[in-house]
Amino acid sequence: MQLSEAVGPSGQEESIRLQLEDLWRPFTTTMRADAMGNLIAMQQGSGPEPRPAVMAAAHLDEIGLIVTQIEEGFLHIAPIGGTDRRVLLGLEVLVHGREDIPGLIGTRPPHVLSAEERQKTVPWEKLFVDVGLPAEKVNQLVHVGDPISIRQPLLTLENGRVAGKAFDNRASVVALTLALEELAQREHAWDFYAVATVQEEVGLKGAITSAYGINPQLAVALDVTFGKQEDDSKIGVFELDKGPTIGLGPNFHPQLFQRIEATAKELEIPYHLDPTPGASGTDAWGIQVAREGIPTSLLSIPVRYMHQPVETLARRDVERTGRLLATFVAGLESSYRPGWEDEVDETAARSDQ
Amino acid sequence: MNLGLLTQLTQAFGPSGYEDKVRALIQEHVAPWADELRTDPLGNLIAYHRGNGKGQKIVLAAHMDEIGVMVSHVDKEGYLRFTRIGGVYPLHCIGSRVRFADGTHGVIYLEHREDTSPSPKLTQLYIDVGATNKDDVPVSVGAPAVFVRPLVQQGERLISKALDDRIGCYILIELLQQVQDSPHDLYFLFSTQEEVGLRGARTAAFSINPDMAIAVDVTITGDTPKALPMAVTLGDGPAIKVQDSGMIAHPKVRQLLVDAARKAKVPYQLEVLRGGTTDAAAMQLTRAGIPSGALSIPCRYIHSPSEMVDSEDVANAIKLLAAALA
Amino acid sequence: MKHERLVDILQSLSNVMSTSGDESEMRRALRPLLAGQVDELRVDSLGNLITLKKGTGESQLRVLVTAHIDEVGMMVVDHTPDGALKVQAVGGIDDRLLPGLNVCVGKEQLPGVIGIKAIHHSSSRERLKAIPLKELSVDIGAENRKEAQRLAPVGTRVTFSTQAHPLGELIAGKAFDDRAGCTALVALLHEEPFPFDLYGVFTVQEEVGLRGARVAGYAVAPAVAFVLEGTIADDLPKKEDVGPTSQIGQGPVLTVMDRSYISAPWLLRYTVQLAEKLGIPYQFKQPGIGGTDAGAIHLTRGGVPSLTLAVPCRYIHGPISLLKPADLEATITLTSAALRHLTAEQLANN
Repeated sequence: MQLSEAVGPSGQEESIRLQLEDLWRPFTTTMRADAMGNLIAMQQGSGPEPRPAVMAAAHLDEIGLIVTQIEEGFLHIAPIGGTDRRVLLGLEVLVHGREDIPGLIGTRPPHVLSAEERQKTVPWEKLFVDVGLPAEKVNQLVHVGDPISIRQPLLTLENGRVAGKAFDNRASVVALTLALEELAQREHAWDFYAVATVQEEVGLKGAITSAYGINPQLAVALDVTFGKQEDDSKIGVFELDKGPTIGLGPNFHPQLFQRIEATAKELEIPYHLDPTPGASGTDAWGIQVAREGIPTSLLSIPVRYMHQPVETLARRDVERTGRLLATFVAGLESSYRPGWEDEVDETAARSDQ
Repeated sequence: MNLGLLTQLTQAFGPSGYEDKVRALIQEHVAPWADELRTDPLGNLIAYHRGNGKGQKIVLAAHMDEIGVMVSHVDKEGYLRFTRIGGVYPLHCIGSRVRFADGTHGVIYLEHREDTSPSPKLTQLYIDVGATNKDDVPVSVGAPAVFVRPLVQQGERLISKALDDRIGCYILIELLQQVQDSPHDLYFLFSTQEEVGLRGARTAAFSINPDMAIAVDVTITGDTPKALPMAVTLGDGPAIKVQDSGMIAHPKVRQLLVDAARKAKVPYQLEVLRGGTTDAAAMQLTRAGIPSGALSIPCRYIHSPSEMVDSEDVANAIKLLAAALA
Repeated sequence: MKHERLVDILQSLSNVMSTSGDESEMRRALRPLLAGQVDELRVDSLGNLITLKKGTGESQLRVLVTAHIDEVGMMVVDHTPDGALKVQAVGGIDDRLLPGLNVCVGKEQLPGVIGIKAIHHSSSRERLKAIPLKELSVDIGAENRKEAQRLAPVGTRVTFSTQAHPLGELIAGKAFDDRAGCTALVALLHEEPFPFDLYGVFTVQEEVGLRGARVAGYAVAPAVAFVLEGTIADDLPKKEDVGPTSQIGQGPVLTVMDRSYISAPWLLRYTVQLAEKLGIPYQFKQPGIGGTDAGAIHLTRGGVPSLTLAVPCRYIHGPISLLKPADLEATITLTSAALRHLTAEQLANN
């Protein structure tokens, strides 16, 4: 889970990608970064050629901030992705300028504000990053457009829970790494593509282009979902430490869903069902409609306090997700293709004739 | 600055989906300089410059279309209701004039309203073409129209309707003449339907399948009264895109443009835009992904009928791009 | 196709339960209707039913005609301790229409009802407010959570349960968006071969974002595409002089521009001229409203000139909509004519 501390706002995934390349290299047959910066690792299967391919995607990027203007040495900022400005005040950050410069996020103190202003969240234009350097020095080191990441160490809580930043989606990158490790030891007929996608938080971009490039026969996206926490949300939230969620709905191929569910049962891994009537908001949504369409599924790890620097999860859910993915992939027969229930009657009707 | 050409370009009729007249005009100006010229199924005009076989395959895109309105209903009294083509703001419309393809002019005004919200809704506006009743209206439901406003030059500033993005078209036309020796395979893409969702560039980029794509479009500035923080100023040089709401520019493309600015010794600015995007956002997602970026011309009052750019920024953008493609 | 047969197909397709992502029942209903009428038939990885009707060989064009087989509805997402089903919308549903409805739950077609708090117990303020879907639930008679989970597990589809029937001079039924288009496409595929290969695709997941059409458009890679729809007719009496979107009885509805695309001007012009020449009524859809599969198809690969022709329908996206068979017939006639007169030269010149 140390990956959560690595730096990788959307569009700035290069340094974490390099770390991941080192981590993945022992387990892969080939590895490449594509034009968008997606890391595409392939683990060759043992089935006969032409070998089908299954792609598992977890996004590498995290939400972050960007410098929009520099005023008297203070940095004006804007979000990269869905950054929640309610949680920014008082945070420590790292400004990726000519060099990495630590800073913190400040705003005017409550004493000088009107009662009305104190009741509102601070708008973007009134948030600043303060790096504690004289203006001339700041102008030398920082430019408009430089990205900023949140500094937050990993924290271990009770009962195997951990907290930190960027669990969305480093938790899934870890699960994907575990699956790669496991599959390196196991026989699998299909080629397995592990893809660390970029720019998910700004529009599923890496998933859309990498799915087109790989053109796999099946795909599984890995992401995080909402953990049950102390507020009044009831639907679409999932208890921690009760396993990953499996998506069902238009974004997911029904037979692929059934097969993954069956695998979870077989492994006695607990899981939740995540009914999703429309857009899943994950890489799965982009992958499914690549080229002529790709049967796609989604495994998600429940995480509390999404898009906050204190995202919290249960370690065991990450391990379960990796194990479930690996066993699913290892179990794919060369001839397997998900079909449709009405095709089954068609085949039955034909064999009757 | 070829003001004659820019006047023709900005004044041509070309709302999204109906770019024929702009296309014909551009075609006339690029034909002598292009090795090949074609129009694709969505109406994009693609002018090709053949390189020496050692360069890269690069798309440069500027969109031909402009925002406008389309008649959605004609009432009994002969007033027209309309819908927007692209990002048309009701506040900009009141008192504006629009022109239809057949030359009919109309005035947009606001019906009497009881609600006191600062901005009216589009449905509270109508077009008056001077008709006395329904049968007297010369245009019908589905007819598109564009805003009317001439090009004016005042000092270094240029003011007109549709500088978004005819100024980009202008730059590409001038640029094509200057890059005749470029080693690269260059595709000058004059795209359609940008204002309604980056549509033309998306399909054109699929057909061309380039190694790199650069959009040339306008961006907003932070130099007007009480503007939100934005480090782009009119006249301080073309802006090299870092990020906008639709795209993060590929670092390689951004660096190429920065290096070119230094080489050409032209001033430049870096751009982070909160709202809005360009054709590059669509081209980026083509096939397995195309490294994409954008060069922006700082522009005040975008999507109003009086957009304002600086002619030095325009000249510097041409120099910058010529250096990048040399 | 004969009037009675057409109405019969429309009514039978209207009764099929087929929400976005769960369209097996529609494919099952279509297969016998297409038997012997098409040369190839396959289902792709999203569930699109892709058929090929080979042409006479006169023309090398490749033409796509689509109609979507999904409908708006709901999906079970949770169960209450008392055995009620909590649901979320699949596609755009009008919450105001739901209270007091009968619905149909799952493959077994279990009947269910959506009731609300009695008027006696509702405050005067509550009576003025539309109740959002998340506050509603479906009652199938289950007594507790466990029974509800067994009968209608999470993910189960919930649809309107309307059975189609004639109403005055009109036909009433659910899901005319887009069973009207599906019926028209079936009728076209029953015609004599066209001069070119015609791909008739029954698309999935239109209501959740034009998903099926996008991949089908990519797979077929046509030179031109027609999209058959059932569209909004807002032609009730109104105090204000505003557009009706489209009107029942005025013939096929042609799209100029909606939120998803702008029709290729030449294709629209060509179709209008044909309609006028052949004396087929037509109307323009009020621009700027709604979106269709054409929005996805026209952006596939290098771009595809596209046009949507629709049957005007009142009350679409609700439990019961109305259409006039003459509009459906005219839509088929006009689409057929537009297909049969289409030439490669027209495409090349535009």
